[in-house]
This record gives sequence, C-alpha cells and structure tokens, in this order.
Amino acid sequence: MNKRHQFSILAAIAATAAIAAAPAFADSSHRAKAMTMMKADFTTKGQATADRIYEDGLQAVCNRSGNHPPEKIAKQLEGDQMATVKYPADGKLMGDWKAGEKLAQSGRGFTWNDAPGSPAGGNCYNCHQIAPSESSFGTVGPSLFNFGKLRGNTAENQKYVYSKIYNAKSYNLCSEMPRFGHVGALGEKQIKDLVALLLDPESPVNK
Amino acid sequence: MRQTLIAATAIALAFAMQPVVAQDKPAAKPAAKMAAKKMAKPAVVEEKDAATLEFEKFRAKMIEDGNPAELFEAQGEELWKTKRGPNNVSLAETCDLGLGLGVVKGTYVQMPRYFADAGKVMDAERRIVWCMVEKQGFKAADLAKKPFAAETYTPEQTSLVTYVAGLSRDMKFAVPLKDPHVKEVYEIGKEVANHRAGPYDFSCNTCHGVDGKRIRMQQLPNISSKAGATTAVLGWPGYRMTGNRMLTLQWRMGDCFRQQRFPQPGYASDTVTSLLTFMTANANGSTYTGPGIKR
Repeated sequence: MNKRHQFSILAAIAATAAIAAAPAFADSSHRAKAMTMMKADFTTKGQATADRIYEDGLQAVCNRSGNHPPEKIAKQLEGDQMATVKYPADGKLMGDWKAGEKLAQSGRGFTWNDAPGSPAGGNCYNCHQIAPSESSFGTVGPSLFNFGKLRGNTAENQKYVYSKIYNAKSYNLCSEMPRFGHVGALGEKQIKDLVALLLDPESPVNK
Repeated sequence: MRQTLIAATAIALAFAMQPVVAQDKPAAKPAAKMAAKKMAKPAVVEEKDAATLEFEKFRAKMIEDGNPAELFEAQGEELWKTKRGPNNVSLAETCDLGLGLGVVKGTYVQMPRYFADAGKVMDAERRIVWCMVEKQGFKAADLAKKPFAAETYTPEQTSLVTYVAGLSRDMKFAVPLKDPHVKEVYEIGKEVANHRAGPYDFSCNTCHGVDGKRIRMQQLPNISSKAGATTAVLGWPGYRMTGNRMLTLQWRMGDCFRQQRFPQPGYASDTVTSLLTFMTANANGSTYTGPGIKR
C-alpha cells in the first residue's frame, strides 16, 4: 500500500459505510465479483503495476456512488483533497506560458509502455480546447479558450488554477480530471507553466 | 489477394494514419484544421470531423477493392479444417462454437455465450483458444505468450477468429442475455467499465460513458448505448492501418486498459470476456458488417 492509498482512508471508510446504507447505488455483489475477478486477472507490465487495480479512498467512494456521493461526504472529502495541495514556497504561481503550451500538448506518461520515471505530459489538449492555434482538442472537459480573459488574472484565480491542476478533486470529488500534482505526474514548475498558459495576458489563450 | 494486400498496405502508409487515441500530438490534418478554424467554439461535437469522414470514404473504397481481412479469413479457414496439435484433430470436428459441432456460420454474433463444457461464458477468441488447448492439445501458456500480431507475425488464433467472424457477416448481434450465466457476466462487465482506479482515476466510462465526446479529434463511442456499443464492436477483428496488423477485440480491450494507465489484463481472461459481453450485448440487434479495417 503506497502513500496514495493511505490518503484519508478513515474518512473514506466512514463515507463508504454511509453510502452502503443508502439505496439506489450499484449492485454491490456484482461489484464485489468484478473486483475479485480483476485482482486475479491483471498483472504488472512495465511501470503499470498490478496494484493499480486497487482503489484509493476517493476512488472507492466515487465508484460506489456512481460518481455522485452524498453532498456532506463530498464536501468533507474535497476538503481532505484540498489539504494535499502543496503551493510553491516562493508564493509565485505563474510560470512560462510557452513551456505550458508544450506540456499541454503531450499525453505521455504512466502507461505500461512509457519508460518508468520519464516525465509525464499535461494531457490537457486530450480533453480541453485551449489555445486557438490547436484545433485538435478533446471535449471531455470544458473549453478553456479565453480562460484568463474571461476570469481575470487575479491572485485568487492563480491559486484556483494551480490547485485545480494539482488536485482537481479538491473542487469536485469525482471529477474526471486526474490529480496531476497529487500523484506526482506534474511538478511545481510544470503546474506554474500551465497556470501561465491559462492566465497570462500574453498567452495565446487570452488573445 | 496478396497483391491487393500489398497495395492496401502502400495506400495505408501513404495515408499516414494517426493513432486511434491521441496520447501524443497527432499528425497535422490540414483539412480538419481549416474546417475547425472557422468555428470559434466546438459547437456541435456529435458531427463527424473531416478526418473521420475522409477515413470512412477511404475505408469503403479499400473494402471495395479487396478487404485485407479476407487473407486472414482464408488462413483461418485452413487452420480450422486441418488436423493439428499434439492430438492431431481439427477444430472443425471437435470445437463447438455454441450452435453445435461443425457449425461456424452465425456463431460469432452470438458470442460471448455460456459453454457448459467449460463452465464459462466465453467470447469467440477465448472459445477458440479453449478448443485449441482442450481438443487439439496446445499449451495455454504458449498461446498466451505472443497472442497479438506484431510486424510480420499473426497468431493462429487471430486468423481463426477472423474466419469465424467472417461467417457472421451481415448477421445481427444476438448475445444470449436471457441465459442467466451470460446476464451475470454482463452485469460484472458493467462494473468493470465503471471501475475507476490507477494514477489518473480513469475507468472505461471516463471516456466511453457518455455520448458525443472526443479525445483530441477522435470520437468516443458511449459503450453503454446501442449506437456506441455498435461502433465499438464493428470492424473487429480488424486490419489496423496503424502498424498494418490484423488485430482482435481481445487486443483492443488490452490497449484501452493501457491508455487507462491500468496494468495488463490476462489474455482470454474473465475480465476481458465480461467487458466484451457488456459491449456486444449492448449492440444486440445491430448488423455485424464482418472483419474490417480500422485506423
């Protein structure tokens, strides 16, 4: 069990118990069978170790509630996620938007055929529209075109974007977006560069 | 046939297809870029983009000229009918695909199904592997060693599945969901599709759970819907232009798990069968167009 799995496990157990008491969630016997089956069927390949099949506390709650946990539980666990966000020591949240754009393009990282330890990409364009020069963008997430222009490049917004990229589950417990900082996919400098891509008035996103 | 295949390969290379799911920045597509530049926002995502339409036109033309999958159907037929393996028996005389010994026609669209002799629900490839092991005497571990095509190598079971699938062309998917064994595996497969885990918290449904979404320019079928599940299972087994290889749904499920950042699912395992049961049964009633061509 690694650090990721240990996160707020007590809260998760409490939450899971609360959910189990509520009706209208997925059939737990089929779920249990699926879990047993997957634990037997998956094997480690490259860096994708077999234990990735196991849920951490947050995943367990989202999986058992159809991604809609009761609001009280969601708020409490979002707070736990927020507490994991580590802000830069120098207090500066904006980096270089050009480096951010490069990073946003890359979808590499964490698959069984990525070299272990090789830097992960931001995966941003896979799901979001961002700079207008890139027309090959996904639509799983909302469009971020003109994000800074619309929201403003305030200290508050910088903090919001930084923490959202660091741990998207701080704001929406069962968000589809990965927790890039929390799982160590993106480091401090990389997240700063992505904040700049979205908020810097000089970034093509805001032109 | 061989000439057609070589020509097809050449065309495929010239066409320079991008990977199915863009984990990296895909190759530039001038037509799509120009079309997309005109839109300020991704207004109607359900519409097929220019690249998809271009590919579909190209695929239709290619199939008209000679479907590369036919080569593997022919090889599979020979493998099916020849006495082979340590037990020197043919699959034709020993392997029941669900509709009785000797019957191949129509079996592919009725799998996954429950096989009492194995006590398991099995998809077509898994059933063929089971027969190769139990009837012909091949070793399961050997068949699982290199189960998917690479550059110049195509596993025998891939050709066999392609042959079996070809004999269900133009027939309707009819996975026997009324069978409680099948229904049970279907429900378990639904849970597999829901299961979020791994470093990115992804499940199958992160990408394939709702209508009208894309990763980059790639349309994502919603495997819970009839239309989406149909899109997902049609064209397999398929001659894939990325890499010019004949590949099966067993391979496709594994590649999805890879992109989901999951570990590797066992070849011909319960997990893969359960997902295929969920998806194929959701496509029940749609017409199977036969082994095809994939990007």
